[in-house]
This record gives sequence, structure tokens and C-alpha cells, in this order.
Amino acid sequence: MSGEQRFKYVGTRPIRHDGLDKVTGRANYGADFTLPGLLHGHIVRSPHAHARILAIDTSAAAGMPGVMAVITGDDIPKTTARLMMGEGGFDLGDMGDNLLAHDKVLYQGHAVAAVAATSPELARAAAEAVAVHYEVLTPVMTIDQALAAGAPILHDGLTTKGQPAAGVPTSPTNVAMRMELKRGDVDKGFAESDIVVERTFTTPMVHQGYIEPHACVARHGEDGQIVVWTSTQGHFNVRDCSAGILGIDAAKIKVIPSEIGGGFGGKIPVYLEPVAIALSRKAHRPVKLVMSREDVFRASGPTSGTKVRMKLGAKQDGTLVAASASLYYEAGAYKGSPAGAGAMCAIAAYRIPNFFIEAYDIVVNRPKVAAYRAPGSPSSTFATESLIDEIARRLNMDALDLRLKNAATEGDQAPYGPKFGPIGLREVLAAAKAHPHWTAPLGANQGRGVAVGFWFNAGMNSSATVSVNTDGSATVVAGNPDIGGTRVAQALMVSEELGVPVERVRPSVADTDSIGFSDLTGGSRVCYATGMAVIEAARDAREQLKARAAKMWGTDAAHVGWDDGTAIPLNGAGDRTPLTVNEIAAKLAHTGGPVIGRATVNPPMAGPGFGLNICDLEVDKETGVSRVVRYTCIQDVGKAIHPSYVEGQMQGGASQGIGWALNEEYIYDREGHLENPGFLDYRMPVASDLPMIDTVLVEVPNPLHPYGVRGVGEVPIVPPLAAVANAMRDATGVRFTDLPLSPPRVLEALATD
Amino acid sequence: MPKLHVQTSVNGDTLDFLCEPAETLLDVLRNRLNLTGSKEGCATGDCGACSVLLNDRLVASCLVLAAEVDDQRVLTVEGVARGDALHPVQQQLLEHAGLQCGICTPGIVVAAKSLLDHNPNPTETEVRFWLAGNLCRCTGYDKIIRAVLDAAATMRDDRSRVSA
Amino acid sequence: MATIYFSSGLAPYTGGVESLAVDAARVGDLLRIVLERFPALREPLEIMAIAVDGEIHQHADYIPLTSGSEVHLVPRIAGGHR
Repeated sequence: MSGEQRFKYVGTRPIRHDGLDKVTGRANYGADFTLPGLLHGHIVRSPHAHARILAIDTSAAAGMPGVMAVITGDDIPKTTARLMMGEGGFDLGDMGDNLLAHDKVLYQGHAVAAVAATSPELARAAAEAVAVHYEVLTPVMTIDQALAAGAPILHDGLTTKGQPAAGVPTSPTNVAMRMELKRGDVDKGFAESDIVVERTFTTPMVHQGYIEPHACVARHGEDGQIVVWTSTQGHFNVRDCSAGILGIDAAKIKVIPSEIGGGFGGKIPVYLEPVAIALSRKAHRPVKLVMSREDVFRASGPTSGTKVRMKLGAKQDGTLVAASASLYYEAGAYKGSPAGAGAMCAIAAYRIPNFFIEAYDIVVNRPKVAAYRAPGSPSSTFATESLIDEIARRLNMDALDLRLKNAATEGDQAPYGPKFGPIGLREVLAAAKAHPHWTAPLGANQGRGVAVGFWFNAGMNSSATVSVNTDGSATVVAGNPDIGGTRVAQALMVSEELGVPVERVRPSVADTDSIGFSDLTGGSRVCYATGMAVIEAARDAREQLKARAAKMWGTDAAHVGWDDGTAIPLNGAGDRTPLTVNEIAAKLAHTGGPVIGRATVNPPMAGPGFGLNICDLEVDKETGVSRVVRYTCIQDVGKAIHPSYVEGQMQGGASQGIGWALNEEYIYDREGHLENPGFLDYRMPVASDLPMIDTVLVEVPNPLHPYGVRGVGEVPIVPPLAAVANAMRDATGVRFTDLPLSPPRVLEALATD
Repeated sequence: MPKLHVQTSVNGDTLDFLCEPAETLLDVLRNRLNLTGSKEGCATGDCGACSVLLNDRLVASCLVLAAEVDDQRVLTVEGVARGDALHPVQQQLLEHAGLQCGICTPGIVVAAKSLLDHNPNPTETEVRFWLAGNLCRCTGYDKIIRAVLDAAATMRDDRSRVSA
Repeated sequence: MATIYFSSGLAPYTGGVESLAVDAARVGDLLRIVLERFPALREPLEIMAIAVDGEIHQHADYIPLTSGSEVHLVPRIAGGHR
């Protein structure tokens, strides 16, 4: 491919096809669906963070009028199955135990039973009538508590996988995994360093904060055929997890995705669907389950609280020579934090010849974490980029120059092993240097911070079909829920390949029966991998159109060329008149029937994405309140298909990161009860908290994608934590190592400084 | 407990419904009137996804009892567009890509329309504070704010053309 | 000959061997040979993706190797959704 590709449609900003339904309230989301005879479910949740279930008495609930089914963990088979899927894979045993606890409850809000009744009020009353007897156990709420000698153990059978630390028992333990990354001689590297900085950083457990709570409807037919309507990032994922957990064939389940009101990684696991299926099977009627906001906070999948001890060594000229880090990530109730990814991302932006990084995956009595935008990277990057800022200050170097001096580039070996292909980090840093924000004057009580961030960007399986209609318009069907404008991006790709104007292309998200297997919407993969499938499907359709043109001309397909929606005669086709898509389409029935292009792909990971944020923060030193007054996001996006939605990803990721840095955190009491399970006390940024967020799209094409797409959705949340904290350092002179930088914490630090 | 009979106007239609005394306006809109455009993000008045106008006043319909709207006027997102003409806020949200997942969009549309009904020439700060009760987690608000400011400008242009 | 590197802290499973040149046509063939030599790698391999000349694959068995190919074992991005 060439970096100088010319595009007609790609890179333009048409109105999204699903937009009208969304601005008029017509679009249907998870909770909007209903069916005749619908029952309403309610889930009984544990009031304790850690307890053994002694007995569950459902008889009173089951006997209430209008109650049609009551189920417990006994209705969810215990399984040892795993589902290898995409980037990670799922332990279906853990997932099933998280759906309805079998023996122990492992966090406050852990589901223990579920009821279905003829109204939501009856279902709630019946849920209250379910009597659960617990033996309350000591909760393990923090990393330090989990690692302490004699700590209560969450899972008796858990052993430390990976590379357990020497001399530490691997069982019983709360450490599910330990891994190492190393290169060179780290002790020698530090010995040769002129300057060494070392600190411990913590980040709190935070939630993705999607505005739409989880919701689904399931109908289990008398013949065992199941239909599920749900809001999810991956409906094939819902199908296969439900099938695996309940022990039924995937072919018995059809999953129809609704519109999805945000996910950011949090709508990848199943929380409700298998429970709704089991209730419907028992009640012989369709069942709807909807989480309350409180349920979402307590019992969906936030991201890990972390502790990172990090040390960096540099020469007087700024050359980084050594890094060491210990990463501790909370997994929540079941193994599987993004600690490994955190380790791989921590120093990926820099050439550091000597390093040692260890990462621990630790279970605690909090909800099982789920993915959250570049999972693992923001927390470890917060440590790295804070220390890089400190080195720049100690050496009196420009923060961008220091980063440029050490920035990874094509051919450098990434800390996780392979060599980088073409990456845009240096271009991003250069764009930052050139940006007026970098040199703009600051006001009183203001400080400026900068940070870079890295994420891999996924590949994985995708399917797409492109059909040409007899009027020359086209439809494109793919299997990824559209969370942020992927339909219009896919339509643009079809326009580019077929020469059909984008408003004449209808993009659509199909259910599990109507398109080939597609991995989830996540990993920044939809425009990359699904886009690749769409482009290949469109090219397949185009080749078929050329063959039809050849048929109309009475010549060989090899003599047909294609230019912007028109079949043109090549040498050998004589002086035949070019045929437009419309003209070919009108004759489809005469030339062999419908044209459907199809493609399935499973490409390698899209490869590295780098971004950079510049943050200006103003701090009220009397109250500790700070506000972002100017913010700029710069990112190598490879190629922007619809630039507005790429900018939107950057702006949205930045504001989530700003919230993480300044305000958001899960607050538990000593018994493990979450004290702020609502939007009033879990304080996400609102419109009046933020300024406009400037964006700069750097386009270093990704050679793995026909247009150069790199994936953009996750990188934006990586830099903000350190960019904000570095701005706070600049404004106050205080290096903050614990997030969030909430007013009380800032005030306390300023008072003691 | 007997249901309450409520007669009201929703999006210009006069209609009746029966509801429980404790039922919220949001639940009635969604579950009894099939007007599912108003969304429930929190049920505590914090997210704004259920915003509607009650007698031209912006309210969170999850905090209004359905029985309270007897003999009142309710406007939901479904009633903001006039025929096939979108409200300028809706049109500008589309032009600016001011929505990603779209779940907050109905509330934003209603709240922004309400702002421009009250204040045809708001500053950026006024827009930001007016919309501070409408959470959006996808966009960082930038494109939403720009869309509302442009919608205001469009409406002022239209008005000055009409008066000229 | 392709070269496989065990640089991601896998040394405990390979007796300290950091790389190995292997004559293999495809990644699957290469891994078979590597596992014969280092059987202890079997379990950690289950959670590894394979990078071939810089491209990270989740499923790499049938990817062809050329002389000079560099193969790295990279931890899978569990992403909190294992």
C-alpha cells in the first residue's frame, strides 16, 4: 500500500445513517424492547463483600402470586470450560459463578438468585422474599490486604500461574498470575545512570460509566430455541458464552443486538443473558432483565485499582538507560486483571536497553474487572509518564525533547518482544512541538502537563457482506454493534470501493443468524478488522460487477477496468462504452442474478497506536478544586475514515481520562460496601467541567490495512492521567502519585507541602 | 391499590392513562405510552437521559410522578421535530457528529431545545452549565456544545430572515 | 532458518536459552520443535500470542516462515476479559 493513496469518500464527514433515529428518540436500546407476555426479572444480590452461602430458601418467593420462576446458582451449571475468543478468552466457570454465585459471594452485589414475575414491582418484592443465609467472612478489599501473610483466601483452588515469585507459595494465594518482562542488565543500567527517580503510584478502581445500564430480553421456546435481544459489544460473544455456560449448542441461540448506549469494554462479558434464558426456560415466557444504575456500579465490570512501584534511570543528556517496575492490579472477584497488558505498555514508547518489569494479577472482594479502553495501559503509563516528567524537570530539559530523544521508532524492539513497524510516535511528538498550545502563556495558578500513551489495537475475526441493489445502491452488513459511528465508516469504505455515493449505501448491523461470526466491538478493531472485511467484500462485489459488465459487453472480465463506479474497457475490450454501477445493476437479473460480495478475515493485531495530550490545569489553592482550562489531543490514527468520529473518540477518551485523574473512584467502607454507587457521588465530568478539546490527527498509515487504518478508540484514554497530574505538578510544585486529584487530596498535599 | 386516571397532553396529543400512585412519568412514558425515546440512565435525576419539558420547563421525568402531569403539557424527544423538519439542535448534532452511542442524545436534544427557547444567544459557558445535568460519556461534550451554539446561530438567522 | 526469541521472561522454561534458530516452514512446525526441546513451555504458551516479523497473531500455526523470520512469544492481551 502507499502512504499517498488518494480517496474520494474516505476522509469526508457525511451524516451517519443511524443518526436520525438517534436524535429523534426512535432508536431502540437494550431496555426499549418488549414482547407479548413479557415477565420482568429481578436479581437478588449479596449485601456482603465476602461470605459463604449456607442456604437459600426460595419457597416464599416462589409461592407469591405472579411469580413465575425463581432460580439460584443451581440453575447455572458449574463448568470448567474456557472459550478462546479474540484477544483473551473467557473462563466460563468463573463467568457462570459471577452470574449466580454457587458457594461463596465474592463482592457486595454478587448475584445469588433471580426471580421472574408479571411486573417489575412483583419481581422486586419476590426478590426481597428470597432468604439467603450467609456465613460472613473477612473481606479482602485492597492489594496490600490480599498480599498480606495470613490474608483470607477468596478461592481455595487458586494457584499463581505464569512466573510465580521465588520463595512465595503458589497456593493458597490471592495472586492469580505473575509475569515478567526483562531485557539487558537492569542493575548495571541503574549503576550507569546519572539520575534515578523512583516512586509508588496508585490509581483507584473506576467504572466505564456508560449511560445505558445493561438490559436484555430472552425467550426460551418449548423446542429449546432461544432468542436474546440485548445491548452488548459482541452478540456472538453473548451467544457463545451463554451456550458454553448453559451447556447448549450455539445454534440454538439467536442473539439480536440492540443499539448500545456505551460500553468502553464493560459490555463484553455476560451478566444478564444466561440468567434471563434460565428464567425464561423455567417460566415458559420471555423475561426481561434490566440493571439499575446501582447494580451497574456494584456488579458489572469496572477496571482495576492498581499500585505501581517504578524506577527510571537516565544519563545527564536525557538518555534513558534503565527501568524497573512492579505492577499490582486488582482483578476483582475472579482472576483476569489487565496487569500483563499494563506491563507491556508501561515503557513501550521508549527505547530503554535495560529493564525488568513484573506484574501481579490479584483477586480482591470487588466486582470482577472488565475491559476499559486500553485496559491496563493508563495505570502503568501514569507511573512512567510522571517519572519522565520528573526527569525532564531534574535535567531542566524540555519535556517533549526528552521524549523525542528516547522515542521508539520503526525497527526498535518493543519491550514485549517484536520490532516495531512504521509507528507515528515521533510524528506525534513533532506535532506537539509545533502546536501553539505548547508555547502558549499560562495564567495565574495554572500549570501545563504533557504525556504520551500507547496501545496495541486488536485484529480478530470479522465478517461482512456487500450487496448491490438493482438501482445501483448498495447495502453493507457486518456483525459489530455500532457504538460510535462505525456504520457510516463502513458505508464510506463501500463508497470508496464501488464508487456509490455514501447516502446510497445502507450500512447495517446483523444478528447472529444473518452474518458470519464477528468478534466484539472493542480493541479499537472495528474500523481496522471489520473495515478490512468490508473493503474485501466490496472488492469482491466489484469484481462480480466487472464480470457482469464483461458479460454485457460480450468480452472477457480481464478486459474490464474500474474507475470511480464505472466499468471501463481495457485493451482487448475495443471501444465499448463505459458502464456505470447503475447500468450494470439494472441488468443483474439478465447477467446471472444478485451480486453479493463477502469476506471474512482474522488479521493480526493492528499494531501500535501512540497518542499525546497537553493539559492546562488551573488550581484553586484555597479549596483544592482544579479545572482543565485547555486540552489538546494528538494521535497517530493511521488513516481517519470519518474524521469527526475519530476526533470524537479522542475527545471522549480524554474526558474519561480526565475524570479518572481528577474525581472518579470507587469508595468502599471497611466491610467492603461500595459507598458511591450513583452518578451523584461517582463524579464523572459534566459539560461545565471541561473546555473544548482540541484534536490533531496524525496519519502514519498502517501497512496492515488497505487504507492505513490503525484503530483509534483506546489510545485516547492512556495519556490523560499523567498529563493532568503533570499539569498539577506544574501548577502547585507538588508531585501527586495517588489518583484521583480530588479537592480534599490536593488541599491536604498543599497544606503539608 | 386503585390506579389513578390521568388526562394530559403529550407532544400535542391529548391522551389518558392509568398509573400506580408511585409510578414515575418516565415509566409511564416508556412502559404505558411506548414513548421509549426518554431513557433511564440512573433513575435518580443525575444523568439527564430522561429529560422532558413539563409545561415548557426542563425536568427529569424519572423524578416526576406520572400523576403530577394530570392536565399539564409534556414534551418528549419524540415531539421535538416538527413533521419532517428536524429541530436545529437535532440537525446540528448530526452535522457535528455530536453523538456517538446516542443514549444521552434524547436528553441533550430536549435540554438544548429548552435552553434555546429561553436564551436564543447563549455563550459557550451558558450552554455548558445548562447541559451540566446531561451526562455524556462518549464525546467529551466538545461537539455537542458546538452543535448547540451553531443551532442557536441558525435559529437567530432564521428569525432575522423572517423579520426582514 | 527462523529464529524464535524467549525474551519475555520465559527463560525459566528454557533453561536460560534466550533464542533458538529452527528450520521450520510454518509457525506450528516451529512450535512443535520448540516444545520437544522445552516441554515446560507448554503451559505458558497457552496464554501467548505469536509475533512473526512484528505482526502479532492470536492464531499463528499456519503462518509461513522464511529464512530470517523473527518469532516472538507475546503475552496475550487479556484485557480484563479472560
